[in-house]
Amino acid sequence: MHELSVTQSVLDIALANAGARKIKQVNLVIGQFSSIVDDSVQFYWDMITKGTPAQGSLLHFERIAGEMTCRRCGHVFHPTDETFECPSCSSPLVKISKGEEFQVESIDVE
Amino acid sequence: MTTRIPVVENILSANDRIADRNRVLLDEKGVYSINIMASPGAGKTSFILKTLEALKGRLKLGVIEGDLATSIDAEKAMAAGLPAVQINTGGGCHLDAVMLADALPALPLSDLDLVLVENVGNLVCPANFQIGTHLNVLIASIPEGDDKPYKYPGMYRGVQVLIINKTDLMPYVTFNMNYFIKGVEALNPDVTIFPVSCKSGEGMDAWAYWITEKVRAGKQG
Repeated sequence: MHELSVTQSVLDIALANAGARKIKQVNLVIGQFSSIVDDSVQFYWDMITKGTPAQGSLLHFERIAGEMTCRRCGHVFHPTDETFECPSCSSPLVKISKGEEFQVESIDVE
Repeated sequence: MTTRIPVVENILSANDRIADRNRVLLDEKGVYSINIMASPGAGKTSFILKTLEALKGRLKLGVIEGDLATSIDAEKAMAAGLPAVQINTGGGCHLDAVMLADALPALPLSDLDLVLVENVGNLVCPANFQIGTHLNVLIASIPEGDDKPYKYPGMYRGVQVLIINKTDLMPYVTFNMNYFIKGVEALNPDVTIFPVSCKSGEGMDAWAYWITEKVRAGKQG
């Protein structure tokens, strides 16, 4: 369900930007902290694009790894799902610097 | 020939625009609203009923219940004397802005101060979908374990208030509060935390006082 509504939003954005042109590929940028399953989105995509200018098009996922920055020493690191502590100075004071992206970046049309 | 058209638009922007419209409607009616999220069994309905009890005579409340397919929670709310509306998401895993837009007119908004929206029990995605409420609240509960901020960062990231429920179970469950809070603060350093027990009522006064002040400040703003 979740992926279907997200996929519909992607299609709405793509169609609004394509004008009358045929869509060949939609390029998405998705951060690690955004909850979405690539395969499932592609499955819904093939279903809901039928009969639209996006029929037969591909979805391209650029995945952005989660990244945190230590607010004490500035060290940049990839967090695990067990700890967010800075591996350099052990500070728990960190912030998410990458991984929350959830965008339609561009579309390829002809 | 293939041409690349730059778009750079958030996938949920259409949802967010409807959420903004919901917020405008609530503001026009002078109603403050909160979106209550949690995993199944964390105590969302108990928390709402306890909140109603604590705010009785102070604020006029309404409830919107998001649920998969039943109306048990809305019936509980109505039994407690609240105007309540049920949204059945038909198997959907979260509420979105359109669902709230459809539900809001069913409440007597002009007569209310505060609307509590109970989201679908799910710790994965509801916080990604803005619905237009003023405040996002997550209820964590002690038996879920202290690792949840690390496993579900999106939910802990997307809220302004964290309720830690079932504190009465602390003596019986292995739960490292320090480890839990460290995870929360890394994701969300500005979050306001209220430890409560819906069973004993402990901690509910502090929450009730805080939310009453918020609602009053909202009305003045």
